Amino acid sequence: MKPFDILIVGAGIVGSAVARECALLGWRVGVIEGGTPAGGATAAGMGHVVVMDDSPAQLALTAFSRSLWQRDSEKLPKSVEFENRGTIWVAADEEEMAEVHLRHKVYEEAGIEARVLTAAELADKEPNLRRGLTGGLLVPGDGVVYPPAAAGFYLAEARRLGAQVFLARAMSASQGQVLLRDGVNLVAERIVLAVGTECDLLPSLPIQKRKGHLVITDRYPGFLHHQLVELGYLKSAHKVTGDSVAFNIQPRQTGQLLLGSSRQYGNEGPEVEAEILRRMIDRAHGYMPGLEQLSVLRVWTGFRAATADKLPLIGPAAGFSEDRSLWLAAGFEGLGITNAPGAARLLMDAMLGRESAIDASPYLPARLMEPARLAHV
Amino acid sequence: MTTTEVLVIGAGPAGIAAAAAAAENGCAVIVLDDNVAAGGQIWREATVGEAASAHRGHGRKWRALERLRRSGAQVLGGRCVFSAEASGTVQTSHETSSGTLVEQFHFEQLILATGARERFLPFPGWTLPGVFGAGGLQALVKGGFPVGGKRVVVAGTGPLLLAVAAHLAQDSAVVSSVVEQASLGQLARFAASLWEHPAKLAQGVLYRAMLWKTSYRIGCWVVEAIAGSNGHNLSAVRVTDGTRVWTEPCDLLASGYHLVPNTEIAALLGCKFRGTFVQVDKAQRTSLPNVFCAGEPTGIAGLEAAMVQGEIAGLACAGISTTLLQKRVAAERAFGESMEKAFALRKELRSVPRPDTIVCRCEDVTFGSLHGYTGWTDVKLQTRCGMGPCQGRICGPVVEFLLGWSPVSIRQPLFPVPLQAFCFQDESVEIATTNEPIEEKA
Amino acid sequence: MFELLSVKINGATSRVARGTTVAAAMLLADRPSRISVTGEPRGALCGMGVCFECRAVVNGIPHRRTCQILCEQDMTIEASR
Repeated sequence: MKPFDILIVGAGIVGSAVARECALLGWRVGVIEGGTPAGGATAAGMGHVVVMDDSPAQLALTAFSRSLWQRDSEKLPKSVEFENRGTIWVAADEEEMAEVHLRHKVYEEAGIEARVLTAAELADKEPNLRRGLTGGLLVPGDGVVYPPAAAGFYLAEARRLGAQVFLARAMSASQGQVLLRDGVNLVAERIVLAVGTECDLLPSLPIQKRKGHLVITDRYPGFLHHQLVELGYLKSAHKVTGDSVAFNIQPRQTGQLLLGSSRQYGNEGPEVEAEILRRMIDRAHGYMPGLEQLSVLRVWTGFRAATADKLPLIGPAAGFSEDRSLWLAAGFEGLGITNAPGAARLLMDAMLGRESAIDASPYLPARLMEPARLAHV
Repeated sequence: MTTTEVLVIGAGPAGIAAAAAAAENGCAVIVLDDNVAAGGQIWREATVGEAASAHRGHGRKWRALERLRRSGAQVLGGRCVFSAEASGTVQTSHETSSGTLVEQFHFEQLILATGARERFLPFPGWTLPGVFGAGGLQALVKGGFPVGGKRVVVAGTGPLLLAVAAHLAQDSAVVSSVVEQASLGQLARFAASLWEHPAKLAQGVLYRAMLWKTSYRIGCWVVEAIAGSNGHNLSAVRVTDGTRVWTEPCDLLASGYHLVPNTEIAALLGCKFRGTFVQVDKAQRTSLPNVFCAGEPTGIAGLEAAMVQGEIAGLACAGISTTLLQKRVAAERAFGESMEKAFALRKELRSVPRPDTIVCRCEDVTFGSLHGYTGWTDVKLQTRCGMGPCQGRICGPVVEFLLGWSPVSIRQPLFPVPLQAFCFQDESVEIATTNEPIEEKA
Repeated sequence: MFELLSVKINGATSRVARGTTVAAAMLLADRPSRISVTGEPRGALCGMGVCFECRAVVNGIPHRRTCQILCEQDMTIEASR
């Protein structure tokens, strides 16, 4: 087989987005997927396209990537279910309300449209929230998407432009060669690992699994209009040890409600854990009492890929590997869906040596090897 | 939380026998069933009007129900099992007029007698009002839907068709034809094999006699259901024998393609499977030492098999050996196998759906949109097929037949339940459901 | 033994025998139980509670399997969307 310009291991949303970017350039692209395409982290993603400001670098990347989603939204097929629902960060007390005002400023300065909502305005926008909340921050540019179909769309686009998809497990990936389980050996100038939490190809990858639970209900059109996230969500996402839950709920285009979120560290298996599920539901009940009666169709779990400094790894694998052919698009934690198009763009820029729309240095994998960075964590 | 020694899930023939046998031999037994009354499918109680007139099996049904009543086993109807753990708990939801009652049951031994459901195969127009399952229409008649004077075509495959047709005729429907896809040769061989089961043969002959006005179209299948002038209700079906196609007017179509086992609880618990059926030993014990399985989930083999297997499982729970009964199981299994062969689905049925024929009825996913995927998980993620409330119970067997993919992992909840149900692991609780807007009390 | 009840189906009164399931009552009234995702009228198919085609709004509560519910006096039943 002729050598490829690039081989991408992982046909999740990130790998598929990279594949599409490369194929658009006219590159000879190969995508390798050992399981079901988009069946890993992507299938456990909430599909929230959101600007997240837990650090300037995170804000820059999510804002950039969100703008790509918005720009592409016309082209996305119906199955992707992209909707500009907007997010409301919900404040439950005065302390959280103060945080709302702070974040409002941060967003304004970054050019992200955001509006402070009073308690009355919050109740008006989301009547099923309980009374007694103090208000919130509305971010109208945020969106909602169905991740597996988005990944499927990117992959289909890549294929249309000539990319080849290999449905086989990659057993090794190094020095420009990927060996598949069926014995086929693929050769490329570059290899990208976009593997979610399945890091056996590069064990030195500093990725930790963070388990999350999701619940989806039957159809209740009109129950919820925006994605609602409690302000405590960031505290939950920040924690580096222990289990935590945070209220996070999304209206799907079907009228179903997708409820999260939970975070756990450790070597948990994929089973649904009754205790953490109960805590997640209790937390949600504290914001939307009406949820308790809604009919639930499915409960499942997934694993986010987390890094020590909560920023993804986008760029050459230098620092973790001497292998000059290896590149990474990994460690997206809870922002894989949001950041997929942005990360794909940044990775392309790095490969082509072009300047990126945003400063790409915070996401370079090599940063995690710097002692200063490690001390900060 | 209710604790019992033996918990039986399913109050059909297998569950009734199992519960009675265990209770008679000293076990504390609770039987749970999703339906309002015991009986399962084949012995479904009519909830309205006079009970169905006498037919074979009637005597057995009443004797079995009476035996259950006298045994002391407690029967709880309307309980839908949505969660189960092999360590010894089962959770059920029970819909009342004021809400949903979520209950926990703790067991020492569990007997799964969850029966089977019909297999539906899609054809253009199968979603029209007026098209029902075969057993489905019979169940609805027992629930008060009158078919007197209505013209009915019964179609598909399996021994159920004749039974349904005969009962519908007794309920004064005009059963114009029974359309059976099995070939004459297959049916003849099956009939020949019934010499070893004279009771079944006699039953079949009786059904056929009751349908003396009905055309029995062997080696034929429905290719389309056609709407009447209002576009919404069934008016006719198109039938083929592989060569000719003709139209038969009808008001109702009762269509089913034999049975698929209800193995969801067994799968959730982690029981080993033998193909699509639950693997059991001679005492009906599954790969989990405290879980037994009896009847259709171990192999589609009919009423007698279910009764004997249930008996064995119940006695095994009471510590009683059953070598004599086990011999009968072997004979009934052989009958089940000859049924499988006789009513095997012909490949032409795969060409019946058109690209715009709906396959997943919950999400309206069409046949044409299911191509080009790598497997069941892929097609589910990309098309939403199987993501609706039926959780793949209807479309799963369809996809398996049309595309060759077996459904994958089963998760709880096995049936939709209110969100709050997940918050009560140790107690039983009533979740009030209202249609008032929710207002938190300050 | 033929006690009649009245229930409301999509606002119109129906009289059915006690013991009639809601699904059967909707069939008797020639009303669909629900409208599917693409707008098709649907009613009970399997009669045994597994297909979910018979789902309707019963006494204001959506997504109830009507083949498993017996009619009660003054019950309100609406097709679900």
